[in-house]
Amino acid sequence: MTAANITVSETPLVLYTLRRADDALILGHRLSEWCGHAPMLEEDMALANMGLDLLGQARELYSYAARVEGRGNDEDKFAYLRDVRQYRNLLLLEQPNGDFARTMVRQFFYATFADLFWRAMMHSSDPTLAAIAAKSEKESAYHVRHSSEWIVRLGDGTEESHRRAQEAIDELWAFTGEMFETCDSERGLIDAGIAIDPATLRAPWLKTVSDVVREATLALPSNDWMQQGGRSGRHSEHLGHLLSELQSMPRTFPGATW
Amino acid sequence: MYTQALNSSDGDERHVEDAERAAQFQARIDADERIEPNDWMPAAYRKTLTRQISQHAHSEIVGMLPEGNWITRAPSLRRKAALLAKVQDECGHGLYLYAAAETLGTSREELVDLMLAGKAKYSSIFNYPTLTWADIGTIGWLVDGAAIMNQIPLCRCSYGPYARAMIRVCKEESFHQRQGFEIMVTLCRGTEEQKAMAQDALNRWWWPVLMMFGPPDQASQHSDTSTKWKIKRFSNDELRQKFVDATVPQAQFLGLSIPDPGMKQNEAGNWEYSAIDWDEFKQVLAGNGPCNRDRLAARRKAHDDGAWVRDAALAYAEKRRQRATLQAAE
Ligand SMILES: [Fe+2]
Ligand SMILES: [Fe+2]
Ligand SMILES: [Fe+2]
Repeated sequence: MTAANITVSETPLVLYTLRRADDALILGHRLSEWCGHAPMLEEDMALANMGLDLLGQARELYSYAARVEGRGNDEDKFAYLRDVRQYRNLLLLEQPNGDFARTMVRQFFYATFADLFWRAMMHSSDPTLAAIAAKSEKESAYHVRHSSEWIVRLGDGTEESHRRAQEAIDELWAFTGEMFETCDSERGLIDAGIAIDPATLRAPWLKTVSDVVREATLALPSNDWMQQGGRSGRHSEHLGHLLSELQSMPRTFPGATW
Repeated sequence: MYTQALNSSDGDERHVEDAERAAQFQARIDADERIEPNDWMPAAYRKTLTRQISQHAHSEIVGMLPEGNWITRAPSLRRKAALLAKVQDECGHGLYLYAAAETLGTSREELVDLMLAGKAKYSSIFNYPTLTWADIGTIGWLVDGAAIMNQIPLCRCSYGPYARAMIRVCKEESFHQRQGFEIMVTLCRGTEEQKAMAQDALNRWWWPVLMMFGPPDQASQHSDTSTKWKIKRFSNDELRQKFVDATVPQAQFLGLSIPDPGMKQNEAGNWEYSAIDWDEFKQVLAGNGPCNRDRLAARRKAHDDGAWVRDAALAYAEKRRQRATLQAAE
């Protein structure tokens, strides 16, 4: 017997909260894969720090989604008992770690967005989301600082680091558009002041990203085709492997408490 | 620079340690004074401590691997966050300890290179595999528990930077120990399968954990001078006995049996354990434990794969320095 998937009643607020929770869990999980294998001990510490921040955000968001949903789900059921098609995270965040440049560019693209997002969400009319936003904003500000410092060091470091950083930007660029998309179910939340319209974050995001990339002597691609699908459960092939590892214990031992 | 002095001290007149300074040094130790990095110390004291502190640092870093093996598979989000934080703590311990070793004059890079070359040791325990989630509980309970037994006395070690590092490290290790024990409690109150998993982990880790305290007293090489210098305050066998006596009631509380049927409590209340397989210990130290090759390979891979990143950071810092100099000259 293996543990079956849960069903989730994805009302707009549940879905909105799960999407952000999945973002935080999947990126946190990716960062945790570095633990013990980073280029220097200081980076083992920093990557774990960021991973822990994200896991913490994911847990709070899942717990809130569970309360809103009110059907007996909880943080672990959301994390461990949904399959690929039920996950709602951005495609960017499930991309494999690759080399250190790939990991840092992924972090930089997302953290720059997340920082703007959580800062705006501090004014959400939903007090729980506003409180989670206040904490997450402080954390993501550090993630932006840490990752942008690395983008500059790598871009303006050696020929090899420059090449790797540029390659990472080119490879990940097509996953950045999804951050600014809104779907129909979010409209009502935006109108009610619970959620924010991410399209409004695009210009400030691009400004920060361009400034850092320029300082790093790197360039943003001119190609503007953007991949989408994560928010509605159409993922890359990478996510299934991540989940089979993440979920292996609760799937193997259904009903056990750990 | 200290290292060069250390290397050239043999037969070099200027570095011959006069008896008077050595006697003053021993008098300070006897008076329980702390030795600080800039104080005069015998070359052998420096060498012994550099070896011990760096081995301890290597152990913290290599020790990240067996537990890191379960971060991505931790069975709940709470356990996952706790395990990631724990392994991060071990990395922090490695960093303080390398910093303490550096105060004796050898750089972290040199010390790490010796470890990667297989020329420096780390604790034998980390050459065993973590096969199930119960191993994570057992490591916290027993391996961190044994580390605390070893390290509490080191908080009073004569060398100041090491003693201070140990105070901070011990606080975190005891947190890890409680967390590990709590995992074991959860397993032992769980399903039959979980309880069997806990017993199996204890069966596999018990003897290797007893070996962590090092060879029996009659075979130990370094103890005499280390004791005289107040680096070591208890013998290997004394610490091992304390550990066994503390652990037996915990195993009883869990309802687990220690895989030593001959074990019995003597009149003094100490638990007498059966003979330890010191051949296994020797084999693990010689590189033949189940994971020695994997552990070194993983550390070497992290080091080699990270070389371009470290080079980039250096190159960038150098460019910035040059730009600042240019600007200042304008
Ligand atoms: Fe430690
Ligand atoms: Fe330790
Ligand atoms: Fe520990």
